[in-house]
Amino acid sequence: MATIVNGIDLTVNKGEFLAITGPSGSGKSSLLYLIGLLDAPTEGEIFICGQPTSAMSDSERSDMRLSKLGFVFQFHFLLPEFSALENVLLPMRTLGELSETEMREKGTKLLTSLGLGDQVSRKPSQLSGGQRQRVAIARALANDPAIIVADEPTGNLDTVSTNQVFEIMREVANSGRTVIVVTHDVGLAARADRRVNVVDGKIAGIFVNDAAKKVPVAEPQ
Amino acid sequence: MRTPPILFIAWAHVTNRVRQTLIGVIGVATGVGFTIMISGVMEGSQRQFVGTLVDALPHITITDERLSVALQPAEQVYGAAQRSSFTATDKRPGISNSNLLMGSLRNWLPGAIAPAVKVTAMINSGSARFGITVTGIDPRQEELVSKLAKQIVSGELYGLSRGSNAVLLGQTLATKIGARVGSTVTITPGTGSPISAPVAGIYRSGVREVDERKVYSLMRTAQMMAGQTDLVNEMRIQLDDAFHAREIADRIAGQIGYRAIPWQEANADLLSSLKVQEKIMNVIMAAMMLASTFAIYSIISTITNEKRNDIAIMKSLGMKEYFVQAIFITEAVMIAIVGIPVGWLLGYLLCYATTYIKYSNPITEGVMAIAPYYSITHYIVVGMITLGCCLLSAFLPSRKASHVHPVDIIRGAS
Repeated sequence: MATIVNGIDLTVNKGEFLAITGPSGSGKSSLLYLIGLLDAPTEGEIFICGQPTSAMSDSERSDMRLSKLGFVFQFHFLLPEFSALENVLLPMRTLGELSETEMREKGTKLLTSLGLGDQVSRKPSQLSGGQRQRVAIARALANDPAIIVADEPTGNLDTVSTNQVFEIMREVANSGRTVIVVTHDVGLAARADRRVNVVDGKIAGIFVNDAAKKVPVAEPQ
Repeated sequence: MRTPPILFIAWAHVTNRVRQTLIGVIGVATGVGFTIMISGVMEGSQRQFVGTLVDALPHITITDERLSVALQPAEQVYGAAQRSSFTATDKRPGISNSNLLMGSLRNWLPGAIAPAVKVTAMINSGSARFGITVTGIDPRQEELVSKLAKQIVSGELYGLSRGSNAVLLGQTLATKIGARVGSTVTITPGTGSPISAPVAGIYRSGVREVDERKVYSLMRTAQMMAGQTDLVNEMRIQLDDAFHAREIADRIAGQIGYRAIPWQEANADLLSSLKVQEKIMNVIMAAMMLASTFAIYSIISTITNEKRNDIAIMKSLGMKEYFVQAIFITEAVMIAIVGIPVGWLLGYLLCYATTYIKYSNPITEGVMAIAPYYSITHYIVVGMITLGCCLLSAFLPSRKASHVHPVDIIRGAS
């Protein structure tokens, strides 16, 4: 069994916008899936909101993903049968805490805040790439998660849409949520609060975006 | 009210794939419809056939065959006796004290009982000659134990009392020997001289064996043929419920010591062929149910394969495996819920359509229409089995789908 990531010791703060960069095959997406509880580490511990997760059952990990984590992927993964609004309502329906009216109000509000107020009833096939990704972000925010994890969320988008998505991520982080984004685009990563560079499954450097001044805080191992 | 998410997603899947859903519904409906038709036609034809048998024959026939050999006077005195040099007699033993026995049976018997005399003989008219059984009856009592009076197609039952040695012939026999009401036939009993017998009537029971071989006469005519006055060697019983014949026959045999044959035993060979037919039909029905099960299996497999991305994203959003599995099982149930009533309707219409089909029955020798049996039990049982098959057929593909690892799909799509 090959080791994909090893010896990672990383703390991400509440309200922080963290970018993970690195060459293809460096293990940055694997790291993100570990953080997002989609994969389980063979060794070590991942804490989400201070809670250890390695001893959790599949069911407990699902509950944690549903309530504490929001996912955005490179491919939007919207359910094609559902409208934009219904896609956003899906996590809320699964959590089952709100009434139908409350869910619809909240979903519409989320989509409107992302500039999709007039697209709520459209199916994904009727939306542009940027719009679909914004619907996916709205879906990730549906259950008010503490952490948003995004894997190359702008990988398939044009420059305008890419900028929009990053702006939204920035706003989400400013609202007090933690945002962890994997990206190839170092320029865009520079707009995050911190950038973690992963090489060969290890942290090669952590850079703080302090007035465009990149300060290495960890030496490549 | 909040729609349960499982229902919500399942509904979206089935309504957005109209063609696939329609194929599934048609698959289920066809399975249900044809299964109902086959069970209806099968049970209908069996009931029709059994009904004809029951009408044509006594429900129970008591013969003069003793269940155990009567104790001999010498044995009563000495405890053991050697028997030798018996001379065989041609005379039938008959049922001793038949009137007394019938009186005791009438006390509890749920039905009617009548005496009869059975004699084997040959019948000839012109050059035609056939083996027959002459059954001597009392027309008034016979009316209580058989439908003979209603089965007469020409002449009448009471015509037996009007002419000397008058007989009733079965329609098939009458046709074979060219006899009609008013003509005279010659009957030669096994022991005795030939007698001339005018034909007082012709009946049609619907059972070939009966219509070809059974001739009715008055009891005294049959007794004369047997050469034994007062002989009664058969008692014929008509029950209120023919399907209790076996139990009642056992009780009669236990009470009077003579063999009592229920109609099922008398027609065991025919009934056993019905059982074979029933088994074959069951296999056909199982195959049909299997076909609709495969239809569902194929559809759910296709949907789950097509929906691997959706399953991955649903799981990454926090949906649990059982939740994902429940979505696809719910889809199968939805298809079944629509398909089963459509199948019921189809089954009903198919059953109705079969009533227009006519066939020639080799046993009853007549052209008959298929008479399907409409039973709510068929509909409920077939519906329940189909629903069970749908659940089962959705279980495997949905379980496989629920095990999809989101990362495998997400990585593949990126």
